[in-house]
Amino acid sequence: MKEFLEGSLAVAKVIQLCKPGVVSAYPITPQTHIVEELAQMVADGHLNSQFVNVESEHSAASVVLGASAAGVRVYTATSSQGLFYMAEVVFNIAGLRLPVVMTVACRAISAPINIWNDQQDAVSLRDSGWVQFHAEDIQEAIDLHLIAYRLAEDKSMMLPVMVCMDGFILTHGIESIDVPTQEQVNKFLPDYQPLYKLDPANPLTMGPLVDPEYYMETRYAIDQTHKEALDLIPKITAEFSKVFGRNYNGLIEEYLTKDAERVIVAMGSVCGTAKEVVDELRAKGKKVGLLKITSYRPFPAQKIYEALKAVPKVAVIDRALSLGSYAPLAAEVKAVFFGKTKKPGRISSFVVGLGGRDITKDSIKEIFRLLTTKESACCEYIDLKPELLKENYE
Amino acid sequence: MKEIRIHARAGQGAITTASLLGYAYFLKGMYPYAVPHFGAARMGAPMNAFVRVDSKPVRLRSQIYEPDYVIIVDPTLMRGFNCFSGLKENGTAIINSKEENLELPKLKPGQKAFLVPANEIALKTIGRPLGNTALLGGFCAATNELSLDVLFEAIKKRFADKIQEVNIEAAKQGFEFIKNKIKG
Repeated sequence: MKEFLEGSLAVAKVIQLCKPGVVSAYPITPQTHIVEELAQMVADGHLNSQFVNVESEHSAASVVLGASAAGVRVYTATSSQGLFYMAEVVFNIAGLRLPVVMTVACRAISAPINIWNDQQDAVSLRDSGWVQFHAEDIQEAIDLHLIAYRLAEDKSMMLPVMVCMDGFILTHGIESIDVPTQEQVNKFLPDYQPLYKLDPANPLTMGPLVDPEYYMETRYAIDQTHKEALDLIPKITAEFSKVFGRNYNGLIEEYLTKDAERVIVAMGSVCGTAKEVVDELRAKGKKVGLLKITSYRPFPAQKIYEALKAVPKVAVIDRALSLGSYAPLAAEVKAVFFGKTKKPGRISSFVVGLGGRDITKDSIKEIFRLLTTKESACCEYIDLKPELLKENYE
Repeated sequence: MKEIRIHARAGQGAITTASLLGYAYFLKGMYPYAVPHFGAARMGAPMNAFVRVDSKPVRLRSQIYEPDYVIIVDPTLMRGFNCFSGLKENGTAIINSKEENLELPKLKPGQKAFLVPANEIALKTIGRPLGNTALLGGFCAATNELSLDVLFEAIKKRFADKIQEVNIEAAKQGFEFIKNKIKG
């Protein structure tokens, strides 16, 4: 049924339908509405789950780690500094192969303090071993949560999944949403059956000291599982389509890229704005397109290669930085083509929308325009204010 | 596509206004996207809320710079901001003010501005100076975008019991105030 829902409430509704046994979270803008709503559902008896109040994100992550290890489905959500405060546990959750699902309401990182949207928080944890999905709109965000649980709990996976949605733009945005029914969710997402669990009747140890004889293989195994996920994700999204009628492949989306001469690569809500611009420029006869990356981890290198190998000019949008080096997504897209014969003539890197700086249609048009003029060696910043960079020490 | 920009201070109900407006469009079968943009993230700080609405799903995620309509919940904001910035040639502004002689920027020939004493209406009907629903009633009368009935439906969905009743009354009075102005 279609409802007019705020992104955060839509996520809470879909989590309710997934029936996690334990929810634990610590509030942080712009994630707060999600967990407030879940806490309310538990208090009102509409969600039969244990909501564990904690004093920090580190504890929230630790609680869901423990509960997941004990064999129940769990959920948490955070943003920005909260995600960083969790970081130690985030890596542990992946290392322990626990199918935790977490929403990251993407927000800039301090200092200076900034509550607005970019993707530095999630992107900074790309190496944690979690699968990382990025949503373009609210519908996709809630659908990705369902896909996330299916994927995480698949016995061949047993890995945590982060669903990233742009803070405010999607968490506080309100739009028309097709809310799944309990019946549909039950059909798509079976009850969680843990492979192993902490159980006093059958004691076992998770995450013991692993010496140099064994450690490398545990890391290799996670990396291998990510590679296998590239095949599994489209299978799960195909099943998703059968139940819910919405089509995703879960890895990438090619929007008018087939005959395109210039293509923008991006993740998250900026893809909506980019599609608008692509349509406008197409109407003027310009051959432009968008490649949306939904799955940042695992990184769908082969899919990206196929989508872009015949495109003359590619622009990669980053909403995060790797300070002192190349912008992260751009570096990875370039790496896809290293040593390949078929490849774009140029791959340029653009940084936009840090700390909530608005990304307008003009920002996107400027990127398409710059693709026709020159190649930037490193990151070109769009909508930067040079007048703010003048320093005066007097 | 229509774009509506709401100017308010945090705590004055701009998000509720945007959400009610969006919901009314949703009931009409349209695809609204309503979103707030906070300034200093504390009560009293100037902030905006936006509603972008189309007959197909809205993909554009930027703020609104060239609105068809502006709703100014707090007219004191006009001292420091150009709340009319980018207003379309034939755009309309709905301003919460009891000052009939409120100083406005020079309007272009096709632009219109309507003043509604929404806080006074709200004090009478709701008992608190929350003029949002009165302003929305005024919006319906000034723009013909939405019928009063569909606005009532949205208010009914959002509020219950007594609060619903008084907000519907506020919307009605806001609507009639501007209708009477237009009739002269």
